[in-house]
Amino acid sequence: MAEALAQRLWQRRLMLALLLAPALLWLFALIVLPHIDLALLSFRERSAPRHYQPSLTQYRTFFGEPLYWHIFVRTAVISAVATALTLLIAFPIAWVITKVAQGRASAFLFIVCLIPFWVSETVRALGWLILLRESGVLPALLVKLGITAVPVELLYHDATILTGLVYTSLLFMVVPLVSSLESLDNSLIEAAYDLGANGFAILRDIVIPHAAPGITAGCIVVFMLTLGNYLTPNLLGGKNSQWFTELIYTQFIVRFNWEQGAAFGFLLLALSTTMVALGLRLSGQRFVDVMRRS
Amino acid sequence: MTTPDLQVDSLVKRFADYRAVAELSFSVERGSFFSILGPSGCGKTTLLRMIAGFITPDSGDIRIGGRSMQAVAPNRRPVNMVFQQLALFPMMSVGENVAFGLARRGMAKTERATRAAAMLERVGLGGAAHKRVDELSGGQRQRVAIARSLVLEPTLLLLDEPLGALDLKLREHMKIELKQLQAAFGTTFVYITHDQSEALVLSDHVAVMNHGRFEQRGTPQDLYYEPATAFVAGFVGANNRIAGRVAGSFGDIAEVATAQGWVVRARKSGAVAPGAAVEAFVRPEVAVLERDAELLPQEHPRHAGAVQSLLFDGANSAVLLTEEKSRFEFRVALPQTGRFADLKVGERVYFSFDPGRALCFATRDAARG
Repeated sequence: MAEALAQRLWQRRLMLALLLAPALLWLFALIVLPHIDLALLSFRERSAPRHYQPSLTQYRTFFGEPLYWHIFVRTAVISAVATALTLLIAFPIAWVITKVAQGRASAFLFIVCLIPFWVSETVRALGWLILLRESGVLPALLVKLGITAVPVELLYHDATILTGLVYTSLLFMVVPLVSSLESLDNSLIEAAYDLGANGFAILRDIVIPHAAPGITAGCIVVFMLTLGNYLTPNLLGGKNSQWFTELIYTQFIVRFNWEQGAAFGFLLLALSTTMVALGLRLSGQRFVDVMRRS
Repeated sequence: MTTPDLQVDSLVKRFADYRAVAELSFSVERGSFFSILGPSGCGKTTLLRMIAGFITPDSGDIRIGGRSMQAVAPNRRPVNMVFQQLALFPMMSVGENVAFGLARRGMAKTERATRAAAMLERVGLGGAAHKRVDELSGGQRQRVAIARSLVLEPTLLLLDEPLGALDLKLREHMKIELKQLQAAFGTTFVYITHDQSEALVLSDHVAVMNHGRFEQRGTPQDLYYEPATAFVAGFVGANNRIAGRVAGSFGDIAEVATAQGWVVRARKSGAVAPGAAVEAFVRPEVAVLERDAELLPQEHPRHAGAVQSLLFDGANSAVLLTEEKSRFEFRVALPQTGRFADLKVGERVYFSFDPGRALCFATRDAARG
């Protein structure tokens, strides 16, 4: 009897292990292993050809070189601004999809948000190039309307990078917001209205507290994607973009300095972890709750 | 005479080609408990939401405390609503829920906490202010929802089937509690429900609503004993409905013959022409049951039938009979003495009823439904 029970328990464990195996294998092979290797790389230094020794030089270089610092902080700040802008734009969209539009109109709006993502990110970024370059559509339009005398270059500004980043991230903010607003019972809004609240008070006291996990989840996803984005800042910002991922790319591919690149990679990981932790702390939420509820 | 707390004048609301509320006018006296009773889809929710301000009427006016509510937003009306699903704010404590409306009026934090606590005390939830909403039982949540509205001292409290989500036992209990709360606060309650028992137990006045109109307004007793229309007779309380044609007439009593040839007598309500299609209504408790036909009252027509099924329900027990000639199914309430406790299915019994206590109405033409 007890033996049979023990065997059944063992069988269930085996089943669970088998079910989880692909995910665990994937995590281990593609995330844990490379990171261990990168960590080892980042903590060594070439002393002679084909000869390495443990050292903190890579990290020291980062802290000692103001340019690296500057790019690091700049990437963090622009990512944070892009996240905030995405939230501001996505919230009304999610609101319209869940609370204003009915039935098919709501599904249609959601699909409209999704359609740009059928095209690859590269093609989308190239689309921006066609629109914004000096000989492009928008500068020509501005001249025609008499707003500018000659075509102006709209590419390679910080605002251009921001626009591209927000555009790329929008869906990743809209999806968690839609799911959290969908679960908001309309009668709560009506009850608050009935009890004397105006639109602003309803938003502040009812809607935002309810949607908080969705807002946080969206912000985390968008911030991480933006921080680690390479293509959009590079194509839209050109040489001026000064994006931290480009620094990593340069170290690995252009200069063959894998040690330095690995150290930069770890610093970026530390940055995103710190920012997410800070955001959660500020909004008084727990990561597990956020991921479960949204 | 004081101004009624609620006056509704020729109110109309259409949705596409469907008339939800049709030319409705009524008023509700200060401090009374007024119920609107009707089947789902009769327009009662639309009416309530128009009073609360969530739906704009197509025409007509709503006056609350004598003041017209045209162009007054829901958050500025002296009306509060208890929602069907209660709609307590889960992100706030019980105390914050009750203080929510006070905060919107700009009351200071300490003052509103005191008021909220006092209100919770009055509804029997003293000391629950710090609790989370999901820590409360169904009945307690109900009381919080009412407290949250009453703390604002509204002229009118609207209740949208607030007992619908509760289980039967709690519903019976909350009925009594609601009535006591209304008496204690003296606030005018407007209550909508599809449950006739709730409406009868709770209300001073009930309006029976159907197809966007009031079929009848009156005290619960009026509706039960003197229904004005066939719809009210069928909707309020249990009733045997017998459709037939007028075969004869004796003063205010009509003789109704069913298509199967059963003849019953009932008092005429309204104009009932000879030969016209009518519906007669006989309440189960109006009929008397006997095993021996000779024991039935001499002055009323007697009918015979066989027991089809026994519906035992304590004090509300009844028996379903099949009338001998027409196979018509007829329900008779059993006396509470337990005299017929040994009744068997298939047994032959006799019954009669006072025609003066049964009513017959001319059948409405199908167009008015």
